[in-house]
Amino acid sequence: MTDIPASGPAALRPALDVTSDAAKLRIRARYRSERRFRALGIVALSLTTLFLAFLLVDVIRKGLPVFTAHSLVLDVTVPQDAIDPSGRRDAAAIRGADLYPVTRDAMKAAVPGVQGRSAERTLTRLLSVGATADLVERLVAEPQLIGTPLRTRLLLSDDADMFFKAKHEVTSAPGRGVATPDGVSGTVTVTLSEPGFAARLAAVKAAHAASAQVLRLEAERSARQGAVERAKDAATKADALAAKAAAKDAAETLDDTLPSLLVALGGGLVKIETLEASRATGVVLLPFAEAKAYADWRIVAFERPASERKITDQEIAYLEHLRATGKVEAHFNTRFFTSGDSREPELAGIRGALVGTAWTMLVTLLLCVPIGVLAAIHLEEFAPKNRITDLIEVNINNLAAVPSIVFGLLGLAIFLNFFDLPRSAPLVGGLVLALLVLPTIIIASRAAIKSVPPSIKEAALGVGASQQQAVFHHVLPAAVPGIMTGTIIGMAHALGETAPLLLIGMVAFIVDVPQAITDASTVLPVQIYLWSDLPEPAFQQKTAGAIILMLVFLFVMNAAAIVIRRRFERRW
Amino acid sequence: MSDAVITQEPARSAAVQSRAKVVARDVNVHYGDKHALQQVAIDVPEKAVTAFIGPSGCGKSTFLRCINRMNDTIPICRVTGHIEVDGRDIYDPEIDVVQLRARVGMVFQKPNPFPKSIYENVAYGPRLHGLASTKAELDAVVEDALRRASLWNEVNDRLDQPGTGLSGGQQQRLCIARAIAVNPEIILMDEPCSALDPIATARIEELIDELIENFTIIIVTHSMQQAARVSQRTAFFHMGRLVEEGPTEQIFSNPKDRRTQDYITGRFG
Repeated sequence: MTDIPASGPAALRPALDVTSDAAKLRIRARYRSERRFRALGIVALSLTTLFLAFLLVDVIRKGLPVFTAHSLVLDVTVPQDAIDPSGRRDAAAIRGADLYPVTRDAMKAAVPGVQGRSAERTLTRLLSVGATADLVERLVAEPQLIGTPLRTRLLLSDDADMFFKAKHEVTSAPGRGVATPDGVSGTVTVTLSEPGFAARLAAVKAAHAASAQVLRLEAERSARQGAVERAKDAATKADALAAKAAAKDAAETLDDTLPSLLVALGGGLVKIETLEASRATGVVLLPFAEAKAYADWRIVAFERPASERKITDQEIAYLEHLRATGKVEAHFNTRFFTSGDSREPELAGIRGALVGTAWTMLVTLLLCVPIGVLAAIHLEEFAPKNRITDLIEVNINNLAAVPSIVFGLLGLAIFLNFFDLPRSAPLVGGLVLALLVLPTIIIASRAAIKSVPPSIKEAALGVGASQQQAVFHHVLPAAVPGIMTGTIIGMAHALGETAPLLLIGMVAFIVDVPQAITDASTVLPVQIYLWSDLPEPAFQQKTAGAIILMLVFLFVMNAAAIVIRRRFERRW
Repeated sequence: MSDAVITQEPARSAAVQSRAKVVARDVNVHYGDKHALQQVAIDVPEKAVTAFIGPSGCGKSTFLRCINRMNDTIPICRVTGHIEVDGRDIYDPEIDVVQLRARVGMVFQKPNPFPKSIYENVAYGPRLHGLASTKAELDAVVEDALRRASLWNEVNDRLDQPGTGLSGGQQQRLCIARAIAVNPEIILMDEPCSALDPIATARIEELIDELIENFTIIIVTHSMQQAARVSQRTAFFHMGRLVEEGPTEQIFSNPKDRRTQDYITGRFG
């Protein structure tokens, strides 16, 4: 060392170059690289935010309507005869009574011109099959109300409810001139004093022309692919439509692929079937008083074609009338939170799944936390460091990475087949999820225990605490915030878990709200999965609503974890 | 412990009037393959301050931690030899380690109060060992310990506040209070002032002077001035061996070993 001259190493190395062009280039390259990295970071963050916002907005937009429901508010009188002619008024008699005639009559009183069984059935189908449930319960509670008129909320069917939720479907415009129908029921012809339907007729012809164009293209494509029959068929249809479109003043027959057009006059409604510029023939959906000239009339259009909706023109006519007379009420959908699943979308609720989730989480929590925390304490503080504990450690870390469906298979094989526990029960679900969450909790707890500085334990040992006393009096309390954070995150994971629960039968259709951990039940994510599979649009809405609820739960749990971490985190 | 047992006595001087509280013979410590402490033999007199000095890694802290068997908590650490406290071999399998540690208290290098209130910090030991049966007794024990650690006047109005909120020097005195609250016979101090400023250090040193009336104190220190100020006897460790031990005055003024001489004159370490 001392025999090297002091200037030696410095002379061998070139001086630090900060002024040359090469150095400036290096600096610029470094700045560029930093800017690029930051820009990429911002792009990644914005993309994530965008996707998340899109997801949230979509789910909330689809799911929020589920929290309101539409009902008819009618005065219903339930006569004693309808319950039991012999005068019994006990709960069984009231619950067993057939209230269909009562509701039917109430509805007929609210809607004019309902004649015949078929029209009656159309009308009463607007109500949910469970529409009278609330009324029945009210009568059971207060039997003295039997025979008196009661203002009652009758729940509408899912289709009717969905119609009111999609408000944009009906447009109405004042008609020109004077409209004169030639009858008051059945098929009537409405004649106008001037060509008030011309614009609508032109729109229909334009639609035909557009369809003809599409069919022509299709015919050409089929011809190119050698499908001669199909090409000919399409060409024929196209020609027919084009001919219709070309005949400017010819009458048009409206089918269910076109928006429904109606004439509203004198309180009634006529659905147009054949349309001319100043004349229309159609069916009376709602009656009007007399066949005279009406100066004040309107053209009503149900813009969505009948073939694309689940509700007929007649039903829309009834519903619009009920709404116009103030009989329809939108209210908070309490049933969604108070009832279990149902085949009828308007009756289906989330309570069964919520209670099932609560039971399952309870079982998981009660199993996981003691076992997980004690296992972590043992491994961290008491277990000798040898091959066996190493093996256990590696396996715990591996278990955290095992796909959840494998735990479901394990649960199926052991808890159901070997121990013969009940299927679909929160007990088994909780056991399986406990297995799933256990590694997470053990790992988080070990990390929390490890992060407590050894000086605390040494201090306790130094005043004569045993190893166990030192751990339970000092190390564990200091590790609790970390353990709780890990537990909450593990439980949030379990809350969203679906796959293992499918295998142990929690995917069944269960109407009753579970009362105990051995009752058949389902959980929130599985309920979402079940509903998402059903074809009714109302169930799609329920799916989104249930997703909102689950996101709220997850959000609350994760927020709690963050708050706990912030509040109790200790810097040593 | 009778003097007859002591066979190899390097520098037994007339300055030691009191009997030996801790007697160590042939103490060897291994950390895995490393031979950290070799053939240490020493007598520590009762109700006096004995200072262990030496360069870093010389084994003085390791030896200190043997006296209350704190090394037991390190899995790779192996202790052989013979250490007696009041004539009782503390590595005898029949000895209860927890009781031993209650009798041989310890103050660590870094102040390490429990993350609890000041009161709880001091009350923990007495409560654990059943030194107080009522709340009033416990209060008295806590107050006495805090007074003896000369901390009472500073904290008596905020006993319920966390011990970690005190200043470094106060925290260290709290740790001393915590150690003396269980009324040990020996207090081991492992560089108790290394994390403190000179004023806090001076207060701890004053405190040590007061404490020798009731306790036997062994202090590990890096500061030779501190050893000279507070201790009656000094032991110099080097490379895992006890090089020289004797009355502090003699070690600092007239060391027998050349290595001691080099160390205290600042040639190395």
